[in-house]
Amino acid sequence: MNFSLARTSLIAEANLVGIAGERAVCDPRGVLYFPDLRLLAVSDLHLEKGSSLARRGALIPPYDTGATLLRLQAVIADYQPSIVISLGDSFHDGGGAERMHASFRERLEALISGRDWFWVAGNHDPEAPADLPGETVRELAIGSLLFRHEPSKERVEGEIAGHLHPCARIVQRGRSVRRRCFVGDGDRMIMPAFGAYTGSLNVLDRAYAGLFRLDTLMAYMLGAERIFAISRSMLRPG
Amino acid sequence: MTEQPRLAEHNATVALPEPFIRWFGEKGWSPRAHQIELLARAQGGQSVLLIAPTGAGKTLAGFLPSLTELANRPRRKPGQAHRGIHTLYISPLKALAVDIERNLGKPVEEIGLPVTIETRTGDTPAHKRQRQKLVPPDILLTTPEQLALLIAAPDARRFFEDLRYVVLDELHSLVTSKRGHLLALGLARLRSYVPGLQTIGLSATVAEPDELRRWLVGQNPPGAMAGLITVAGGAKPDITILDSEQHVPWSGHSARYAIPEIYEAIKRHRTTLLFVNTRSQAELLFQELWRANEDSLPIALHHGSLDVGQRRRVEKAMGENALRAIVATSTLDLGIDWGDVDLVVHVGAPKGASRLAQRIGRANHRMDEPSKAILIPANRFEVLECRAALDANYLGAQDTPPLITGALDVLSQHVLGVACGAPFDADYLFEEVRSAAPYAALARDTFDRVVDFVATGGYALKNYERYARIRKTVGGLWRVSHPRVAQQYRLNVGTIVEMPELNVRYVRQGRGMAGRGGPVLGKIEEYFAETLRPGDNFLFAGKVLRFEGIRENECVVSNGTGANIIVPSYAGGKFPLSTYLADQVRGMLADSDRWQALPEQVADWLRLQKEKSVLPKRGDLLVETFPRGNRHYMVAYPFEGRLAHQTLGMLLTRRLERANARPLGFVATDYSLAVWALDDMAALFKARKPSLAALFDEDMLGDDLEAWLNDSWMLKRTFRTCAVIAGLIEKRFPGQEKSGRQVTVSADLIYDVLRSHEPDHILLQATRTDASAGLLDVSRLAEMLSRVRGRIMHKHLEQISPLAVPIMLEIGKESVNGGANESLLMEAADLVEEAMGQR
Repeated sequence: MNFSLARTSLIAEANLVGIAGERAVCDPRGVLYFPDLRLLAVSDLHLEKGSSLARRGALIPPYDTGATLLRLQAVIADYQPSIVISLGDSFHDGGGAERMHASFRERLEALISGRDWFWVAGNHDPEAPADLPGETVRELAIGSLLFRHEPSKERVEGEIAGHLHPCARIVQRGRSVRRRCFVGDGDRMIMPAFGAYTGSLNVLDRAYAGLFRLDTLMAYMLGAERIFAISRSMLRPG
Repeated sequence: MTEQPRLAEHNATVALPEPFIRWFGEKGWSPRAHQIELLARAQGGQSVLLIAPTGAGKTLAGFLPSLTELANRPRRKPGQAHRGIHTLYISPLKALAVDIERNLGKPVEEIGLPVTIETRTGDTPAHKRQRQKLVPPDILLTTPEQLALLIAAPDARRFFEDLRYVVLDELHSLVTSKRGHLLALGLARLRSYVPGLQTIGLSATVAEPDELRRWLVGQNPPGAMAGLITVAGGAKPDITILDSEQHVPWSGHSARYAIPEIYEAIKRHRTTLLFVNTRSQAELLFQELWRANEDSLPIALHHGSLDVGQRRRVEKAMGENALRAIVATSTLDLGIDWGDVDLVVHVGAPKGASRLAQRIGRANHRMDEPSKAILIPANRFEVLECRAALDANYLGAQDTPPLITGALDVLSQHVLGVACGAPFDADYLFEEVRSAAPYAALARDTFDRVVDFVATGGYALKNYERYARIRKTVGGLWRVSHPRVAQQYRLNVGTIVEMPELNVRYVRQGRGMAGRGGPVLGKIEEYFAETLRPGDNFLFAGKVLRFEGIRENECVVSNGTGANIIVPSYAGGKFPLSTYLADQVRGMLADSDRWQALPEQVADWLRLQKEKSVLPKRGDLLVETFPRGNRHYMVAYPFEGRLAHQTLGMLLTRRLERANARPLGFVATDYSLAVWALDDMAALFKARKPSLAALFDEDMLGDDLEAWLNDSWMLKRTFRTCAVIAGLIEKRFPGQEKSGRQVTVSADLIYDVLRSHEPDHILLQATRTDASAGLLDVSRLAEMLSRVRGRIMHKHLEQISPLAVPIMLEIGKESVNGGANESLLMEAADLVEEAMGQR
């Protein structure tokens, strides 16, 4: 663990960041890849959110699970990870895995097979997803990293979490741009939500208070082809 | 076809009850011919459209059939069941309903009629609504949304069983929007309850009265029409265009140059009503007038974003003739009459001749006196437009927009509403819907898809059968599946989908975001507030405000200072130039004889254009090209309105990109369009790569349009509106925001998913139809492209032409959307990298 290394390597390459001494690729599609560990982390898939809302009368298009899986398939094909961690809220509710259309289930099973797949328990899905391969864990420590769904209140070095769905906003030339983002301070990182129907919460919201060292806080905003590292002074609330 | 009232013939046969005759006599009035005529037709069982100018006693005419019938009705005996609503009055504005209650109450009281009149709007307290259900008034004054709600109530049929008349006020403004579609469907439902129902439409002059006449009655047989009574216009208005001593600006909309002259005019009159086209202009004009207001005249501001309380105070002061001038936007457009206005000043071009006529009608609300109005063009093209509008008003020409086919999102809402009221039979409802004029051509399979959408979302992937909102029961009737569905429907009824807005909360200076509890000044669009930084000064509610920050659904402000003031830009409210006026302006350009009517400096400008370049013939399209700096410019002058020009600009830049002309951007106004590029476009046209004719070929409306449309933010915005109206996503309510962005699914995300998985879904179809008609104005663009085929006149110049100056001044004021967001992020990221010494 090397603080100074972590800090100076923040923008070594466009998409490469350091977290507690580990190198990670912040992929603009919203996943985190650790090349040295061959580990891919993805957070807040919220599969079957569409059908979850439909149960309560909002009949929004039932294609979110398909869309999310398609994007997940693409990143897994690119990185060929040996470990995949789904960082919680993988399903929008406890019944999501059961409701999933058979064709989606098959696609998901194909993605899981041949790798170590971990379902981290989230607040939306505290139980293991029904009848799906992979191991369900509350949290997971690998090397200097700790993967859990909700970020801890006290600072934990090397913690990778999700749950808050961070986004960031800048105003440039009188125009406002809001994007999902990774947010980190070199010690810990919160990942953007990956699911097709997931909304987002500005990193300046009070929900993030006390989680990061403000002097090194960076928002890595997702662009079409690359990420954009934006420091705290440039960020706007809302 | 106009049927003139034949007073003599009817006077004998019409039954105007004795108390009415006496009342007219006491007032020293006699009933007007059209009032008697309308009464006679209504008593003969006819539905009628009355077209009359303001001040013609339209309201009384519309209610005479109801009042006379109610006067003759035997009194209800004690113990007898309460009777249902006799007459329903529907107006587009809540305020209008309230106003009518006052105006109608007076004669009812004076004649001594046993008639109860009540309003029912969004502001009516729940206990009063409840009471109205049990003890209905004879005359209920309400809005289209409230009618939809009444229909969706389980007791609707009984509530309306005694209904005799529906009076529709300001019909011309109701029918052109989706609110009109909802209302037409509601009327169709009422006709099912009460087959003998009669409608009375009150309207200002319109271009196509027959469209409104069909609208008023059931379309079985197709083409059926209500009767028509037309009252000829009153005294000719006295309209002038300000012939300013000052230099009329090339571009811009502020009309700041004319402030001293406007102020003098206010001083010379009792009460002046100043109309502008947008809320931003209203704020600016108000600010400028107060700067000039040496005599501290009472001048007030009125627009739709201001707090209701403040608006009511202004309206009250106006009614009491306590104001000398009111700066207003379209919120005061419709026929509410308050006070003694003796001058109307219209700042900026009127954009449509009918709108101008309507607004000028506000002055001197008596039909037989001429209204007095001054037009203040804000720039030179507007001088032409004002002149054209003025000619049109004198000619009595009308340019109300054509009615559009009934929208499918509105139909979805209605189908769910009907089901909430009572189970329905699809075949029967289909026929009922088709009897509403906007839906007369609806195909059965489209209707079935709408029902399917209402039931389960209508997706190809049949995943939601078990969550259906309505279900077909064994008896073949569609029934709501759960009471919760009806609750949700009631919260989301209506077709007006606001942009997300924030309350503007005023706090004491120096308290910053810690300040609490000050007054709310009004509402501001969220997207504008988001572009502000703490410390920015902006103009709102006639005050300079300092932006402190955003807190939940509030925009916190304090007293600002005069430096670097920003004026909020509001979405909407910008009317495009009407087709009719555009044609008039083109005609004026082509005909130098008509320039004599123009101010000298404007006529000079046109003469200079003729000398340096060329002026197009009326049906031609002029395209100029010239170099300037290290860029090449192309300016076209279609005069088809900003929306159509923006669409054209997008499509032209795509084509120029393919032709490797390396276009950099474009800008559009109501009158013209400028594109700039790194390469010489004139050389490309000469080498026919492509030719100018090929560049402007109509085929651009095919694949290019489709490809661009799909990624366009305009389509996303339209989709959001359609999705809310159709009941796919819920309206946003104040306070709901607190639950946070991460729990709601935004319309943008739904749009992206739906477009990639089911591009021909019925809601996307509705969205594309809407966007083509509205934000993109595709039909108008198509007409223009076909009109100018073979008539494009290319003029290559060494330098900018006089006619091109206005649009060239617009460049840089407005940026073009596109991949630009990425470059903004790039800029911000680069700043960070620079600051951190990484480059």
